[in-house]
Amino acid sequence: MEIYVALKIIWAVLLGVLLTGLAVMVGMDMGVGTLLRFVGKTDAERRTALNIIGPHWDGNQVWFILGGGAIFAAFPTLYATSFSVFYVVMILLLFSMIMRPVAFEYRSKVDAKNWRDTWDWAFLISGALPMIVYGAAFGNVLEGVGFHYSWTGQYYQDESFLSYLLNPFAVMCGVMSLALSIYQGGTFLMLRSVEPMYGRARLFATCGGIVAAVLFAAGGVWVAHMNGYVFTGVVNPGMAATPLGGPAVAVQQGAWLNNYHSYPILWLAPALGFVGMIVGTLALRLHLKVLAWWLGAVAWAGTISTVGIAMFPFLMPSSTNPSQSLTVWNSTGSAYNLGWMLFFAVVFVPIILAYTSWAFYVMRGKVRPEAVANDPHSY
Amino acid sequence: MPLIDPTVVDLSRLQFALTALYHFLFVPLTLGLTILLAAMETTYVITGKQVYKDMTQFWGKLFGINFAIGVATGLTMEFEFGTNWSMFSHYVGDVFGTPLAIEGLMAFFMESTFVGLMFFGWDRLSKPGHLAVTYLVALGSNLSALWILIANGFMQSPAGASFNPDTMRMQFNSFVDLVFSPDAQAKFVHTSIAGFVAGAMFIMGISAYYLLTGRHKEFAARSIRMASVFGLISTLAVVTLGDALGRLDYLVQPTKIAAIEGLWNTTTSPEAPWLLIALPNDKTQSNSLEIGIPYVLTPLVTHSFNAPIPGLLDLEAASQPRILNGIKAINALQQYSTTHDAASLATFQQYENDMGYGFLAQKNAPNQDLNAITPGEMPALLQQTERDTIPNVFVTFWSFRIMMFLGFYFVALFAVMAYFSLKNQLERHTLLLKLCMWSIPAPVLASEFGWITAEAGRQPWSVYGWLPTFQAASSHNVGYMIFSLVGFALLYSLFIAAELYLMFKFARLGPESHDHAAASGKGGTSPMFAKPGFAAKSWE
Repeated sequence: MEIYVALKIIWAVLLGVLLTGLAVMVGMDMGVGTLLRFVGKTDAERRTALNIIGPHWDGNQVWFILGGGAIFAAFPTLYATSFSVFYVVMILLLFSMIMRPVAFEYRSKVDAKNWRDTWDWAFLISGALPMIVYGAAFGNVLEGVGFHYSWTGQYYQDESFLSYLLNPFAVMCGVMSLALSIYQGGTFLMLRSVEPMYGRARLFATCGGIVAAVLFAAGGVWVAHMNGYVFTGVVNPGMAATPLGGPAVAVQQGAWLNNYHSYPILWLAPALGFVGMIVGTLALRLHLKVLAWWLGAVAWAGTISTVGIAMFPFLMPSSTNPSQSLTVWNSTGSAYNLGWMLFFAVVFVPIILAYTSWAFYVMRGKVRPEAVANDPHSY
Repeated sequence: MPLIDPTVVDLSRLQFALTALYHFLFVPLTLGLTILLAAMETTYVITGKQVYKDMTQFWGKLFGINFAIGVATGLTMEFEFGTNWSMFSHYVGDVFGTPLAIEGLMAFFMESTFVGLMFFGWDRLSKPGHLAVTYLVALGSNLSALWILIANGFMQSPAGASFNPDTMRMQFNSFVDLVFSPDAQAKFVHTSIAGFVAGAMFIMGISAYYLLTGRHKEFAARSIRMASVFGLISTLAVVTLGDALGRLDYLVQPTKIAAIEGLWNTTTSPEAPWLLIALPNDKTQSNSLEIGIPYVLTPLVTHSFNAPIPGLLDLEAASQPRILNGIKAINALQQYSTTHDAASLATFQQYENDMGYGFLAQKNAPNQDLNAITPGEMPALLQQTERDTIPNVFVTFWSFRIMMFLGFYFVALFAVMAYFSLKNQLERHTLLLKLCMWSIPAPVLASEFGWITAEAGRQPWSVYGWLPTFQAASSHNVGYMIFSLVGFALLYSLFIAAELYLMFKFARLGPESHDHAAASGKGGTSPMFAKPGFAAKSWE
């Protein structure tokens, strides 16, 4: 049983790593997509922006796909429940996400203003909407979600999808997520573009960093006053993974700060988030682009671990049937499965990081509009 | 436990079928073209001839148009299990999700990262370096297919997991059994090589168009030679592995093989005919028309002359004890879920292997409650449930036949084309060239019908023998389903229109379009575009 508990905790941490990788890499591309119409005033500039992430967006997007697959395998019940409970929002996310690969490949292949303009709008929607949904998902989960299970493990929904779309706290988290992605995308555009795009990207990235920091602070105050979830029954971390028949759970105002009160060192996580956003914004004002990019990644890591620590061990609390809340203890895969998955993650994640870095190294340097226009392989 | 609204189940199935079939319009071509691109580029690196570089870049461009939409529609698939098949995901996620996650880690990351370098790295990588990148894309896309089909293999013949009554789901217990499931392995090779056939036909068909219009002759002739030989070998391999799959189905999915062959009654003699054409009627459970070849069926399916092949009516009757046991298993399991007592656990374990048939019977139970069946109600329930244990025979029979007839047509077409290509007589046979052109979509269609055979033939199960499809869906309301279906239909229709438009446009332009590709950007507002004579050098 001890090994099983360790595996559960390791996979909870890996879930955080995965969500951070997704946010940094996909968020960067989404930020560029959102900014496309504003950073690029001419067709040549827009093509330049697209070709800056052109060689990388496809690989980056796999973080999103791997996110789906890894949650499916390591947290089957969480995957089954969250994706269905948020159905309408998830489908909107999918609709916007699937526009993007097609937009990349097809936009510049036809030389007509209307055609390209339409795809540029597709980039805006498919960049901004997924990031808002991504942040809003964290917001909704923090507030608790309405669902319960029958004895077979089939979930039933207790709330309308409107409560997830029109939830002010979730919308605020969504805007913060979008702001961070604009920061990350803008910073990457600075790394690879020349004036006048460089200056515009710098302006938007600065705004993104400041907005994110302000909303992160506001979110912290909000969470301190909102309802959190705590166990009141006897908790057995090594329990069989099922949401049925778990310990009693109570709803208490401010309970999401309990972990921080118990272990003050954990305040480092939100501190890291703030450092990333504020120092990062200063760094890009000083044209320290590489440092600013990495501080953006630190900001994401800080933000996501802040949420994870606040909720631990809860993953998705049920507001209508709290004792059936999904936690790290009751919604993972079996020990055997988590073991095999860990083996594959340990072997392949370093390999993935190595060839991804190599791909960025090969494509390093500034991308100029005239070169894009003359390259038959460009987007 | 109330069942999910049957309309929602049907709409969920419709949506999954549409999105999967649509995704699979693009996958076979990706699988095949990556391998062919690697072969062309290898020839270029070895011989140094420019025409092979042109071939790699031109077919690579068409590959890119196809690849983008394959990636886009693949996103839907990875998430749709969770959004629409919640019970399925909960029930088998512990074993089914694992190959999907490994696919991302091992294959899709590699394919997607290197595809960027394949398109953008021509001037930044050495010749062997770029060749290695192309090979990694080909390897990645085919490894993707391997892990996806291992997951599918689990639905077809569940291996490597067992049911755990404490977590109410199937749990992973043998990596080796999951990965080396014979069904998964045979289907992987069958499916990915079917992709090679699609790639070969695509290249052969478009090249035939160039010969017909008298353009790019050397380019087209070389492309056809490579494609026809590669296509012939691949098609023969696909047919051979299809035969192996049929034999596997005979062993592990008897209802599917009987439906494929339109077989209502068990064969008893070697002269049983193999039906070329038949009109299976699912209502009367008989065939209203049969034209067959005697002595073929038994050796074809069983690889022997005297083994009987069970017919559907007999399979239905044989399921009766399993249904009765299954009802006991589910009732004991429900009892155990609240009391956790040893007695109901023992009862459950006694009938555990038939629990799927209990789930299947729930639909026909009075008030959908298996606990309250009176002896008087039992015969009707059994009769209905027995009929529910077989797939739709008409659909399975005909989708299989369309796939197979197309397969034999491909063997003939590739053989004839390879022959004339080696004799350098292609241009004389204009009718044949036209046939090649019109056959471009045929291998993709064959793959689609293969998928329908495999998945429609698996019904009524989502996980064969363990979880009926109608139990596997998410409990949405009809409005949600209409919203998502309409959205997918609209978006996917727009995509295919744009895809076909660009494919035709760039195929018509031909390989020379490379040299003029910069012209496609000339309408931009930047003054840079107006300046002629920039060296055709990329990036800086």
